[in-house]
Amino acid sequence: MAKKRRFKGGEIPTSSMADIAFLLLIFFLVTTTIDMDKGLGMVLPAEGEEIEINKKNILNCLINSTGNILLGGEVVEVRNLSKTVRQKLAENDKLIISVKAHKASNYLDYVKVIDQLKQANATRISIAESN
Amino acid sequence: MKFARKTQLDTEIPTASMPDIIFMLLIFFMVTTVLREYSGLPISLPKAKRIEKLKSKRHTSHIWVSKDGLISIEDKLYASDGVRHVMYEKRVADPQLVVSLKADERAKMGLISDIHTELRKADALKLNYSSKTAVD
Repeated sequence: MAKKRRFKGGEIPTSSMADIAFLLLIFFLVTTTIDMDKGLGMVLPAEGEEIEINKKNILNCLINSTGNILLGGEVVEVRNLSKTVRQKLAENDKLIISVKAHKASNYLDYVKVIDQLKQANATRISIAESN
Repeated sequence: MKFARKTQLDTEIPTASMPDIIFMLLIFFMVTTVLREYSGLPISLPKAKRIEKLKSKRHTSHIWVSKDGLISIEDKLYASDGVRHVMYEKRVADPQLVVSLKADERAKMGLISDIHTELRKADALKLNYSSKTAVD
């Protein structure tokens, strides 16, 4: 006589499958960090691409080691920089702003200056080598 | 008097395919999740307002500069004159290369300027000063 089978159906319960999948989904949603790289864009000039520029069209912007800014011979506060530059750009649209930072100046001050120049819609920014 | 319902419509959302839909979403998120490849150096990025997003991650390579003047590319430390060779190889492999400079806000400009020179020599001219969004 054949032995009577104790368990008829050997099925995996699928009713909770959706819940499990949801849990995994939420886990991945939470842990995914879409950290887009953001920053100030800049295009460096190619090597050996020095051009002579008329002195009238150059606006020197110097940053010293304590973060003070000298714009065309005048001391300017960082937050007023964009306003001043915008005025100067309105007077002369061929203006090239040459940013020169002291060797020991902080990167933050430099980024602040570049940010201000970008806010003033200055497209011609030149970076002079620090020394 | 109670009105008898005329229609006996079965209004249930079919749930049989629910796990499949969710699995598909799950797989989508699993595939698109990019685990951070390089840990870089501990830095606090500067804040700026006029920031732009980098278009694609594939064409971006990072240079970390810490406040102590360490330069790290792909978790290897380099001297400032070693950047040229690494970036040149990357530039040759990918003409659309954008260099994302992740420098600490207290890094010194002398070093940043050296990196500028190195990048110019390596012909990697598209640069991005990585920064956080400033809140006023």
